[in-house]
Amino acid sequence: MTFMKTILGTASALALTAGAALADPAIIFDLGGKFDKSFNEAAFEGAERWAKDSGGTYREIELQSEAQREQALRRFAEAGNNPIIVVGFSYATALETVAVDFPDTHFAIVDMVVDKPNVRSVIFNEHEGSYLVGMLAAMASKTGKVGFVGGMDIPLIRKFACGYVQGVKAVNPGATVFQNMTGTTYTAWNDPVKGGELTRAQIDQGADVVYHAAGGTGRGVLQAAADAGKLGIGVDSNQNYMFPGHVLTSMLKRVDVAVYNAFKDGSDGGTWTSGFNVLGLATDGVGYAMDSNNAALVSADMVAKVEAAKADIIAGKIMVHDYMSDNACPVM
Amino acid sequence: MDFNTILQILDSTLRLTPPLLLACLAGLYSERAGVFDIGLEGKMLVAAFFAGAVAAVSGYAWVGLAAAIAASTVMALLHGFASITLRGNQLISGVAINFLAAGGTALIGLNWFRQGTQTPQLNGSARFSEITLPFADSIHSIPYLGPIYADLLSGHWIISYIAFLAVPFTWWLLFHTRFGLRLRAVGENPEAVDTAGISVIWMRYRAVIITGILCGIAGAYLSTCMNAGFVKNMTAGKGFIALAALIFAKWKPWSAMWACLLFGFLEAISIRFPNLEIPGIGTIPVQFMQALPYILTVVILAGFVGKAIPPKAGGEAYVKER
Repeated sequence: MTFMKTILGTASALALTAGAALADPAIIFDLGGKFDKSFNEAAFEGAERWAKDSGGTYREIELQSEAQREQALRRFAEAGNNPIIVVGFSYATALETVAVDFPDTHFAIVDMVVDKPNVRSVIFNEHEGSYLVGMLAAMASKTGKVGFVGGMDIPLIRKFACGYVQGVKAVNPGATVFQNMTGTTYTAWNDPVKGGELTRAQIDQGADVVYHAAGGTGRGVLQAAADAGKLGIGVDSNQNYMFPGHVLTSMLKRVDVAVYNAFKDGSDGGTWTSGFNVLGLATDGVGYAMDSNNAALVSADMVAKVEAAKADIIAGKIMVHDYMSDNACPVM
Repeated sequence: MDFNTILQILDSTLRLTPPLLLACLAGLYSERAGVFDIGLEGKMLVAAFFAGAVAAVSGYAWVGLAAAIAASTVMALLHGFASITLRGNQLISGVAINFLAAGGTALIGLNWFRQGTQTPQLNGSARFSEITLPFADSIHSIPYLGPIYADLLSGHWIISYIAFLAVPFTWWLLFHTRFGLRLRAVGENPEAVDTAGISVIWMRYRAVIITGILCGIAGAYLSTCMNAGFVKNMTAGKGFIALAALIFAKWKPWSAMWACLLFGFLEAISIRFPNLEIPGIGTIPVQFMQALPYILTVVILAGFVGKAIPPKAGGEAYVKER
């Protein structure tokens, strides 16, 4: 009997270690795809950096359809992956159900709040970052007209637009801002043809700087701006390299930092915290990208003004209105 | 709305119309010969993928275009084999082509380039550049006519001009040549053609091959002209709008052009004015504008505006009497 106990004990210990070895973190990308050069790609970079730094491995899946959301989440949770990061607001409903069923697994969601004890909700102050690139757009514009192309028409994207318009108006109160949303379904994240055409329409109307918050659709936006010899502004990842000399800057949203931290905190030896995690200008969670590709486009004077505004926002002297706080935008 | 705005909207219309028009004419050849084709979307998608992929690898847009035509023709022949030789259901075969294209392009793209399902970004000669028509700059200053020529008609891609030239060519080929007469006859009364000693099967195959070629050009337009690379599902229903235009145009080439221009115009309007305000009616939501091509087609099909009569032998495989 004691012998039996020993065997069983060893076996269960083995099983436990096997389980621990299996407990790799996992990440689920949204429909835009891992290589959208924007939002999802930023998340992917964060995961890759973690893998490099820690020497660990992680599991990942790119969704192909709406129906897979809960299925993918559940499969990773059942396989013992921990923590599991979902990238994108659209996971909220699926996560709310799955998080309850796996109380011992840690989850993190980017861009949305899911109020469960084992979920970390990472949200960004996109309106602050958009405000800064809006200022840059207004300063770079010669026509006094700038554009914005959003992806799917949702409050989050209106938050980008609203911050951007506020930044533009802060520099040039008389400026015109053209705004278009690509669509109202998930395909709006991956329709560069439409994005390009929307951009051309804005350029036809006089816009010479166009900012996109449209995931994969943005590839068409930046392309059209570059084709017309105008300036685009990238989003989420640093997209300055895509069309050097034609991308004014990129509104950085450090999804990579969010993913990196979640992986680090959730793995062995990390300290996981659930609940809200707001990344803003103060924590460098959002910002604007400067590198060799856009150095010639942004003067030192422009940088100085934006840096001053950044300091004021952090200090609370400038309040950038958050569209999602009341679903309205005072400047539109 | 001033003159410039109108010009810009029409210019946008001319950019949006070519893929619809080429696909619509493609469908016209096939359906006039008695082979229904709802796989236009799939063929365009396959063509868009191969144009983007081969142009990226070779560095030449023309090579990409050739690859697109070849790939699309293979798909067309597959449809032809299923529906002409094997006498399968033409609609089912078309649906199969669409599914095969949607999944196949993503899968091949994923394994080939490892950039998700996209193909690498195209630069320089790997992409068609816009053509400036002769004298466009010098006559730009002439009021009205100058801008119409220089801004509206000039400055499109070679494929755009091919698309519009394909309309008179199709009209001439179908209605003024022996080949055209026979092609139309196999769609209306294949027995008569057979009696005259002409192979119905071979005629239909030739029509299907032309369909493949035109869909190939349409697909290449999407990935090497309008865009700089292939993106998953980039046709976004254009093949179906083209099919709607074909019915709307009652299977006639010139009407097809006008129908495609109308649908392209509706899209251009919805892009320029996301929320169109019409005095007295109120704001028209963008979704309504996007649905309008389909609504118009249903209206036509229901027989409110004239009658859309498809080719008589359409959808039926030909069985030779013994």
